[in-house]
Amino acid sequence: MLKFTAEHEWLKLEDGVATVGITSHAADQLGDLVFVELPEVGAELTKDGNAATVESVKAASDVYCPLDGEVTEVNQAIVDDPSIVNSDPQGKGWFFKLKLKNTADADALMDEAAYQDLIA
Amino acid sequence: MTTDSTDFHFTDYQPYDFANRRHIGPSPTEMAEMLNVVGYKSLDALIDATVPASIRQTAPLSWGPALTEREALDKLRDTANRNKALVSLIGQGYYGTITPPVIQRNILENPAWYTAYTPYQPEISQGRLEALLNFQTMICDLTGLDVANASLLDEATAAAEAMALCQRQAKSKATAFFVDAACHPQTIALIETRAAPLGWTVVIGDPMTDLDPVDVFGAIFQYPGTNGHVRDFSGLISRLHQTGAVAAVAADPLALTLLKSPGEMGADIAIGSSQRFGVPVGYGGPHAAYMAVKDAHKRAMPGRLVGVSVDSRGNRAYRLSLQTREQHIRREKATSNICTAQVLLAVMASMYGVFHGPDGLKAIAQQVHRKAVLMAKGLEKLGYVIEPDTFFDTITVEVGHMQGLILRAAVAEGVNLRKVGETRIGMSLDERTRPVTLEAVWRAFGGNFKVSDFEPTWRLPTALLRKSDYMTHPIFHMNRAESEMTRYIRRLSDRDLALDRAMIPLGSCTMKLNATAEMLPITWPEFSDIHPFVPADQALGYKEMIDDLSQKLCQITGYDAFSMQPNSGAQGEYAGLLTIRNYHLAKGDTHRDVCLIPTSAHGTNPASAQMVGMKVVVVKVRDNGDIDLDDFRAKAEQYAANLSACMITYPSTHGVFEETVREICEITHKHGGQVYLDGANMNAMVGLSRPGDIGSDVSHLNLHKTFCIPHGGGGPGMGPIGVKSHLAPHLPGHPATDGREGAVSAAPFGSPSILPISWSYCLMMGGEGLTQATKVAILNANYIAARLKGSYDVLYKSEAGRVAHECIIDTRPLNVSAGVSVDDVAKRLIDCGFHAPTMSWPVAGTLMIEPTESETKAEIDRFCDAMLAIREEARAIEDGRMDRSNNPLKNAPHTVEDLVGEWDRPYSREQACYPPGAFRVDKYWSPVNRVDNVYGDRNLVCTCPPLEAYAEAAE
Repeated sequence: MLKFTAEHEWLKLEDGVATVGITSHAADQLGDLVFVELPEVGAELTKDGNAATVESVKAASDVYCPLDGEVTEVNQAIVDDPSIVNSDPQGKGWFFKLKLKNTADADALMDEAAYQDLIA
Repeated sequence: MTTDSTDFHFTDYQPYDFANRRHIGPSPTEMAEMLNVVGYKSLDALIDATVPASIRQTAPLSWGPALTEREALDKLRDTANRNKALVSLIGQGYYGTITPPVIQRNILENPAWYTAYTPYQPEISQGRLEALLNFQTMICDLTGLDVANASLLDEATAAAEAMALCQRQAKSKATAFFVDAACHPQTIALIETRAAPLGWTVVIGDPMTDLDPVDVFGAIFQYPGTNGHVRDFSGLISRLHQTGAVAAVAADPLALTLLKSPGEMGADIAIGSSQRFGVPVGYGGPHAAYMAVKDAHKRAMPGRLVGVSVDSRGNRAYRLSLQTREQHIRREKATSNICTAQVLLAVMASMYGVFHGPDGLKAIAQQVHRKAVLMAKGLEKLGYVIEPDTFFDTITVEVGHMQGLILRAAVAEGVNLRKVGETRIGMSLDERTRPVTLEAVWRAFGGNFKVSDFEPTWRLPTALLRKSDYMTHPIFHMNRAESEMTRYIRRLSDRDLALDRAMIPLGSCTMKLNATAEMLPITWPEFSDIHPFVPADQALGYKEMIDDLSQKLCQITGYDAFSMQPNSGAQGEYAGLLTIRNYHLAKGDTHRDVCLIPTSAHGTNPASAQMVGMKVVVVKVRDNGDIDLDDFRAKAEQYAANLSACMITYPSTHGVFEETVREICEITHKHGGQVYLDGANMNAMVGLSRPGDIGSDVSHLNLHKTFCIPHGGGGPGMGPIGVKSHLAPHLPGHPATDGREGAVSAAPFGSPSILPISWSYCLMMGGEGLTQATKVAILNANYIAARLKGSYDVLYKSEAGRVAHECIIDTRPLNVSAGVSVDDVAKRLIDCGFHAPTMSWPVAGTLMIEPTESETKAEIDRFCDAMLAIREEARAIEDGRMDRSNNPLKNAPHTVEDLVGEWDRPYSREQACYPPGAFRVDKYWSPVNRVDNVYGDRNLVCTCPPLEAYAEAAE
């Protein structure tokens, strides 16, 4: 199940674990990323709290945590090569995996159609 | 023989009228032509239509007739003569140094270096970027750390920045910061100033006995200490690391040529002043401070960082790296509010390093040490006890009740020594100290010796002798013949585009004339060789100048008092907000901490507000660029209970005189707040309107914008603040003058050695000339807007259709119609021989143009011709006559490399290299093609590349 936030994050939900990244639209808006900072594995994050930071040459943005949960895995590949986020934001450019505190929380997020309407 | 009256008549031309013939660009005839284009009959009619009547000042500016250049120089000479340039061995962070004449004449006194702007446009800044990269490399090597910036404002503010960096990076959750009591007094004062609003406790003590690492998030040590002690901090630093705290060392770079580096002690951060690398003391500044950090802290470091990247041909090119740390992008989340730094002085220090190389620096350091040992031996022979046992350049002598007597005797011998406490005397020897000075000091202590009476030995601490290499890069090992040095300096400056070659139409930066007559006095020894902490009677000339300049600035701004302490605009903002904070605190209003700032503000505004512990509340801006009055009123009411201040810029950052400014001030006052009016755009107000009359309580003035101090390629600057009388008691104090708290700069008057520039500007312009300059600045901006009309839209205008002293040109439609970005336009202007206007600020995708009053009609026309030709090139793309990706705009700037290579482009070499505006013979050639910013930030290199890289680039 794929969900989206108004802050331009996407979540792919599998067995109570969400893989989180930024949307293609967000990646385009930011331009070529030069730096990504990810949370530590094991960090307990809360909804709308800072989860990660991304930087292009001219902009710096925070990536917010879409739901409450614990970070179980981070994608070191995008730290080593931030261009992956630009080339494949909703695939290889994922940021971190979050074990959700409450799986049902995800229901309130947008589906793909709603997100497309938002950015249209 | 008599002459008929029709054959001869006296001309009314005034060859020495500085204001109208030299400073103001357009001649009266040109002004008439320009007014015609703008559509006004007279300059005053244009001004009346531009500047709202409600804010006009009533009385004209006046302080007597304007002086000619010669008269002003005579007056400056008289004033300088009232300073007494004695030999100062006071030390405390300021030391005698010899500026190599080749550096003085070819950099400090050379407009190719001092009139350049901050190197945000890297292609036209390769020369000073290389010089700054040399600076960073030298500092990294000397400190033994990985990454160094270029540069910070002074040693004390660098120490305060180090504290903030420690707090950001520490894993420790402690809220206290430890300061070595052996830090210079002004450093301690500044750390206390900066810590208080952020809620951090400052613990001052002897690190060997008073530091408990568990209690602090970080610590700073002085090396060597202010009284000469040279101590090893390795053990303390490792204990700090065990508790998750961060360690900083304030180090004298000359001492580091002989002593173990902070990096080798395990320090995370080193800061210090590069003053004694050839930059005169100048009564306190300007000088470049440095900061170097371990690699892990580079993204949290404040200040500008030069990095190495490649251009579109893959050739090596320099640029400013990691700008996302800085206030113009991160605003209140920035690592610091620092903007203008000390580029010119960092360039001087780096060239001093190139000039002497590591061998020369080491020799100078050893000579300084030898003089200190000789001094100590003489005093010991007289029976005095010298402290410490081992030292580099500074010794302290216990003299008991003889202190005053000896200090006075030394002054009578022409030497200033340092008063330490009530019973001790300190002295720091330096590169300039001569044998006669040693003998004079001995006489003051009652000894009649010759230097030859003593054997020089050494007294450095053996365990701390430096064993590691430094400055091994070839740039520090070139042939040091002056012919080579002169040519190296010349080659670098030839790569850059500064005001000595072309107008720099940067909005909000006011790149006006820096007249030679204004610049001459700054290198006179009576201004440049005065130590900041000399007795007041040795700096009477400075006092006279500072008092008179303050008085004139009061008259110009409508304020009641000025503080000259802030040494940059951002520092002025900080000082002004701190003054407001202290005013509220004094009234018992400890809760007032909200600062209203419009979205259109300079990035320094929110960054400064954050540093004084204020909460930034953002106010909306209307579509026409004005502050949204309804939103402002609503926010002021919402936060009324806690409102501390609002920060506004006038005329607005969109270059418009807003009619509502008085109302904004009234609303703020009604809710208990104070108004901070950012003086960055003062060039549109001088003589026409006064912040103090409009309702503002405090402003900083950028003397490096409105008052002619050159930008120096990114500093120095001066940001004095003016206040209304109710705030005057809360202005910054200083331990060396009034002993009050709240110091914001290391020296009491910031960077006073560049004040002769602003003062002589005021003297030579007179009140009338200054007012005329403002009017012509407005005319020039409106003329550009009129000439570009039809080709570009001007984004913001007053209701009367006028812009103030700058205008924003909308280039976004070109992006849609032709795929031409604002970058493409900016880089194409380089081919035309221009520095681009301010890019993408305050509105993304636009250009903000400020011509200033100093540009002639011919130069402005050359610029407009270039802009119009660029519009036509975009039109060719729109019409399909030119390829969308392979065209002169996308490929700009064009270099000689392009010409000598295979030419397979769908436009001619002629079009590429000689667009309208470009000079045929005196063509400016960009030394590199377009710089790849992304590559530079992804592959960060901030020191000189190794020799192999040079070889590769040459291939």
